[in-house]
Amino acid sequence: MDGHLLEVKGLSITFTQYERGLRRVSLPVIRDLGVTVDRGEMVAVIGSSGSGKSLLAHAVMGILPYNASAEGEIRYQGEILTEKRKKALRGRELVLVPQSVSYLDPLMRVGEQVKNGRKGRKWEEACRRVLGSYGLGPETESLYPFQLSGGMTRRVLISTAVMENPRLVIADEPTPGLHPEAAKRVLGHFREMTEAGAGVLLITHDLNLALQTADRVVVLYAGTAVEETDSRAFCREETLYHPYTRALYRAMPEHGFKSEPGSQPYVKELPSGCPYRPRCAMAGPECAGPVPLRKTDRGWVRCVRKEGEA
Amino acid sequence: MENAKWIGMQLLRMAVLLAAVTVTVFVLLSLSPIDPLTTNVGQTALGSMSGEQVERLKEYWGVGTPAAARFLGWARDFLRGDMGISLLYRRPVAQVIGERFFNSVWLMIWAWLLSGFMGFGLGILAGRKRGGTADRLVTGYCLLTASTPAFWIAMVLLMIFAVWLKWLPIGLAVPIGTAADEVGLGDRIYHMILPALALSLTGISSVALHTREKLAAVMESDYVLFARARGESERSILVRHGLKNIALPAMTLQFASVSEIFGGSVLVEQVFSYPGLGQAAVTAGLGSDVPLLMGITVITAAVVFGGNTAANILYGLIDPRMRKGRKKG
Repeated sequence: MDGHLLEVKGLSITFTQYERGLRRVSLPVIRDLGVTVDRGEMVAVIGSSGSGKSLLAHAVMGILPYNASAEGEIRYQGEILTEKRKKALRGRELVLVPQSVSYLDPLMRVGEQVKNGRKGRKWEEACRRVLGSYGLGPETESLYPFQLSGGMTRRVLISTAVMENPRLVIADEPTPGLHPEAAKRVLGHFREMTEAGAGVLLITHDLNLALQTADRVVVLYAGTAVEETDSRAFCREETLYHPYTRALYRAMPEHGFKSEPGSQPYVKELPSGCPYRPRCAMAGPECAGPVPLRKTDRGWVRCVRKEGEA
Repeated sequence: MENAKWIGMQLLRMAVLLAAVTVTVFVLLSLSPIDPLTTNVGQTALGSMSGEQVERLKEYWGVGTPAAARFLGWARDFLRGDMGISLLYRRPVAQVIGERFFNSVWLMIWAWLLSGFMGFGLGILAGRKRGGTADRLVTGYCLLTASTPAFWIAMVLLMIFAVWLKWLPIGLAVPIGTAADEVGLGDRIYHMILPALALSLTGISSVALHTREKLAAVMESDYVLFARARGESERSILVRHGLKNIALPAMTLQFASVSEIFGGSVLVEQVFSYPGLGQAAVTAGLGSDVPLLMGITVITAAVVFGGNTAANILYGLIDPRMRKGRKKG
């Protein structure tokens, strides 16, 4: 084997903004993120809405906006994923499933977009088959995006990915706006892709859904990855290590629905050291310094506290 | 049925617009401090006339008759299809306008097409990559011409190409001293180049800047990002997604620019002594030729309204969101 299908190491994404005309501000949207995805595996990256986690998807695909820059290492099948390789792979082995209808050209028919400009019998049949497998009839092909319902849009977007025989699928928030049943079905479709041998990187804010379908979970807090663990670790609070992950656990409806006071800091007002420090009950002076990763039995955690310490 | 209702509504809107425009122009004219007698006959000539002659002239120019009465008289005749007699040209208004309309339309169509195509092309060049070299050049050019008055550009062109280089005529629509039936198409085009160029230069910048803005927005849209993620080349993105999505706003803009070109033609025709509608409007306004000015106003308003309506209709025909939406609703 030639390593992981996707391996992201120490990825930091910075956004440059101009404030009041001339002052340049760099916003560290994602800091030192590491994640791996293997074949047949679904890994979820969990972060709150609007935290810029879509940029992770864009960085892997090589479609970051001009005012964002990425540092760190991204490897695909063991080899560094250079811009040139991204260009060659994206849309073929490497596919993105975006989040909403705004990612479809409003003036182009669905069929045309699923086929992505390719003509001929072979592609027409493939398009019909793929749409059909998601319960979308041939009449869908002649619809325009504005005529699709939320659930149909999601299935059309997934169809664009499945048309390509992907090896790595990056799903960027594929569920918001769907009712729980539909959302579960959509994630089921991604699960099917892993069964076909692909790796799926799921980027979402929906912890519950992620835990139901993903094998492993990476938790982001204010742009920093605080813990990686497997989904089953969320069955008990004791198997989770980071105080924030534990707070997430306690906030789940079936575990008490208890929310912690305060909110995630805005990237401009990040504290030094651990970003969770101001809200953490166990925080001490050593949390203000650099916090190294520590291996756990299920993954890793970014916290200076050893197990049982308080 | 649906269509008939829509056409009816449009006609009604046009009637209301024309009524409002004519009333406004009439009020403005009656408030104008210009005394038609002193302006058109002259102080000296008036002084040497008998009181009876002056009275006759006053009646001819409508001095002393209340504005409301004059307006109603004009409106009654107009609704019967009679646009009246031009006081300055002493010919039926319809005839004067017909002649000048031909000259102007000729000029304006060229200016319109030129500014439309050039503007669209430059806009695409600039909007493809916001902040690129092409963008900076085009934007710079556009801001420069957009902030320059059309008449000034007209004078500069006149100086360079007609006075210094002597490549093109200094004015008029046909060569001086040539019988009307000897004037060929070549002569007309030769005389039209400079005014059309002057008229379109400022139009180009507005079309180009708008097209650039639209295309830049499309190129930064989610669906273009997704197209990139799917491995489409920049060229294919521009052709498959870009052009299609800016075609509609560009078209609206193009039809809306009819009014700008009409407005610009007034000044440009004045500079080039080009015998078009714009020049006639200036003459009529300064000389208090009420029937002629009213006639020109009505025609101009109707053409501009027609341009906007055409944009509306085309939009509905081309944009699936409007086409299907209408069918559904």
